[in-house]
Formats: sequence, C-alpha cells, structure tokens
Amino acid sequence: MSYAPEELLACAIARMVQGAAHAAIGAASPIPAAGCLLARARDGARPRVSLLHRRRGNPFTEGSRELFDLAGQGRIDVFFLGGAQIDGEANINLVEAGGRRFPGSFGSAFMYFAAKRTILFREEHTRRVLVPRVEFVSAPGWSPPGIARRGGPQALVTGRALFSWDAARRRFRLQSVHPGHSAGEVREHTGFDYDKPGAVPVTPEPTAAELALLRGPVAALIAENYPGFARRVWG
Amino acid sequence: MHALPANETRFLADAEAIAAAIPDGALVALAPDYSLAAMAVVRALIRRRARGLRLLGVPVLGFAADLLVGAGCVAEIESSAVSLGEAGPAPRFAEAVEKGLVRMRDSTCPMVHSALQAAEKGVPFMPLAGVIGSDLLARRADWTVIADPFGAERIVVARAIVPDAGLFHARWADAAGNVWVGRRRELATIAHASRACYVTFEERREGDMLEDELLAPGVISSVYVTAVAPAPRGAWPLGVPGCYAMDDAHLARYAQAARTAEGFARYLDEFVLNAVPA
Repeated sequence: MSYAPEELLACAIARMVQGAAHAAIGAASPIPAAGCLLARARDGARPRVSLLHRRRGNPFTEGSRELFDLAGQGRIDVFFLGGAQIDGEANINLVEAGGRRFPGSFGSAFMYFAAKRTILFREEHTRRVLVPRVEFVSAPGWSPPGIARRGGPQALVTGRALFSWDAARRRFRLQSVHPGHSAGEVREHTGFDYDKPGAVPVTPEPTAAELALLRGPVAALIAENYPGFARRVWG
Repeated sequence: MHALPANETRFLADAEAIAAAIPDGALVALAPDYSLAAMAVVRALIRRRARGLRLLGVPVLGFAADLLVGAGCVAEIESSAVSLGEAGPAPRFAEAVEKGLVRMRDSTCPMVHSALQAAEKGVPFMPLAGVIGSDLLARRADWTVIADPFGAERIVVARAIVPDAGLFHARWADAAGNVWVGRRRELATIAHASRACYVTFEERREGDMLEDELLAPGVISSVYVTAVAPAPRGAWPLGVPGCYAMDDAHLARYAQAARTAEGFARYLDEFVLNAVPA
C-alpha cells in the first residue's frame, strides 16, 4: 500500500507516544500532531492530545500560558521541538544560523526542561541542520547537577531516520532508517557523531489500519488546524 | 513603585483614533495572530506613519508584527518568536533583523507571561524554571540567575514588564467599557500589566456584561481599559473565534508577496495605504 513520507513519520511518532497520558503540540507541528492523534485513535483514550493552536474546541481556557503552567507542574508527558540546527548533544537552535534569522525559541527554553520527555522533529536531514555544534543554544539537551530539570530528549525524528537518545552517554543512537534510505546515506548527511548498531533496522511502514485512521478521523482534525498541510498530504 | 490608573474607559470613533493615541516609541504589547489581533489599528498605525515602536509579543508575534516592521514602524521587538505559522517565516521581520534595522530581544514564551504576571501583581520580578544553559540568558540584562531562597537549586528571574500600551481586539464591548475576549486570557494579562490598554471591538453589547454569570469569566473589566473603538471585522485577515475564521488564503498571499521589498510595498498599497478604513 503506498503512503506519503509524512504518514510514515506520523506512524513512527504514534509508536513513540504510545501509553503516554498527555501529549502537547506547540506551534506549526502538523506531523507530530497527526502522530499523537493517530495513537489516540488507535489506542482509545490515550494519550490526551492538547493542540496549543487548535482553532475550535481549544483545550486551554487561561490563554497560551496554561500550556506552560501545565508543563511546569509535570502534567505534560510528551512535547515536540524542532530546530534550525540540532547538534549531537541534543542542543537546539531556533534563533539564527549562518547569518540567517529564524523565527525564535518559542517555549523551548522552558518546555525542554519541564516536559517529561521531548521528541525532536525535523524533516530536513542535512549537515546544514544536524551540526557538530549549534551556533546558538535556544534550549540545551542536558543540564548539569544543581539545575532543576524534569525531562529531556527522547528521540530525534527526521525525514531519513529515527535516533534514540542515550541520556547516560549524552549521544544519539541510530535506531532505524526509513524505507528507501540507508545507514551510509544517514552518515553522509549527519554532521555530528552518533552510535549505531551493527545492522540498522528499517523503520516499519504504516499498516493499512494506521493509514485508514490517518486518512479518516486524523486528517479531518488536522485539516481544521493545518489546512495547507492537510491539502498537501491528503488532497 | 509605579502606579497604574483605574480607568474610566473612553469611547473613540474608530481604529484611526486608537492609532493616534499610541505614541511613537511606545512599548506596545500585542497578542499572537491566533488571539484577537487588532489588525485595523495595526493598519492605521502604518497609515499614520508610526515610528520607533517597541513590540512585545505575548508570547509570540506574526502577521501584525511583520506588517509593522516592513512599513518601518518598529525599532525593537521582544518576543519568543515571529512567524506566520502555517504560511511560513515572517519575511520582513527576518530581513530587518538580518540587516540590523530592528533590534531583537529574544525571549521564551513562559518568560513573557511571567514578566507580565509580575507587573500584574505589582512585584519587581518573577522566577521561572528551566532556561539555564540557554544562550538567551546572556543577551538579557533583565534576566538573572539566583539561588532559590528556599531550596538548593538555582533559578532564573526576569524583571517585570510594564508595557506602555496593550492593544487587542474583542468580540464585544458594553456601555461601561468592559470587553469580552472569552478564553483568550493572555489578553487579560496584557490589560492588567499595561499602563494603557486600547481595545477595538466587533460589536456593541447591550447591558453590563459583568452582571451576566456566563459572560463575566470572559470579560476584562473596564478598570483596565483606557479606550475602546468599534472595528467590525477588525481582526481580518486574522480571525475572531465564533465570528469569522482566519483568512488562510490571504495570509498565504501576503507571505508570498512579502518575500521581496517590492512585493511588500505593493501589498501595503493595495491593502493598507489606499484601503478605505472600516
């Protein structure tokens, strides 16, 4: 069964958030939103999915600060962050790189600490994005003792591969490469060092049941909030 | 200690009158594109050639800020981000920062909320977890790290922010000058923290909204509101929930046009400078 690359990524994210009580989605993250909504559609009540910018039926009644207050209290299990640059220590840069200005840090400097775990997500997998060292740290991947920190990175999802995060070694580990991509290609396009198993598995393809949910109830909700994305992927 | 006024809300004629009341150089707190933006006033500020404005994004900015920056109204921005959301990056903002035409004071969302909440409470600063280890800290003279006076760890504190003017749109205003913003409570924080607060409204509502138990929780009391003015469809091309939706096609068109200075100038001519005020 053929599928879009965005659908493969949404399915990978759905597996990562399986069993979480509460997943929250910040600005402009249609694929993480689709992944969380797919997990919820597949598994029943879990996870609760809070879309910060949901246009109708928004979960927040105290304005946007309620998301950060919830996270500060430990009520958010999974959050998503991206980066104009991401480095091998899971530091992220959303501010500036190579003389170019990017939108800004959003809530990352807080949410990366406060959410129980964060999935880093960036479709572009190039040495431009995955760098040895970010030029500006919007939010650090780890913190030394003496600084209160509830959570940190869980994984890095790109258009070519999935990496898991080894907190003890403070390194990414290549977990799987997506169908049609190879471990050598990932090595070539990744600017930082990472660990990898002897044989690198292939990211599982979406099942027919997952695609049916994605293209049905999930697509309908995504279209309300990310109309451009929904048109591009689902027509 | 500063003191903020207990207002008797003034009723102004239109968005132009509000734009005239906001002085050049003012620190203006704006809500994001998804939260009742006073776009009619933004266009009026551009028409009156406002200069040197300092924008505060609560906690982020988008279309309104990009327009003001492109039109040369802005000297400085404090925000957690400036982006057009699904329509992409904010092109006039990015170019202005890259060329050094606008100073950027980068923040992070909950720090903007916290600094305004400090002003709401009339206290000088507010702590926030996280942030330590971020390069944001080194660029902010108004943030510092202290020892938790009750614990063993260190924590960041930010100075209170008291905007000169809060500016947003509301669904309704009543005869007393109370305004209804529903669930967009960051707008209440803006109103509470600011020296002056200017609100355009979609429609007048009869009666006193504070006497209606169902409406009252979404109301900002007139004590915080300096002046209101009618502006039907005043948030366009952004939305008013339950009233009209964000005009995604228009924003996509803007994002395309604003990629170049020439395209932006043509957009301004068509939709701002030569547009008949609502």
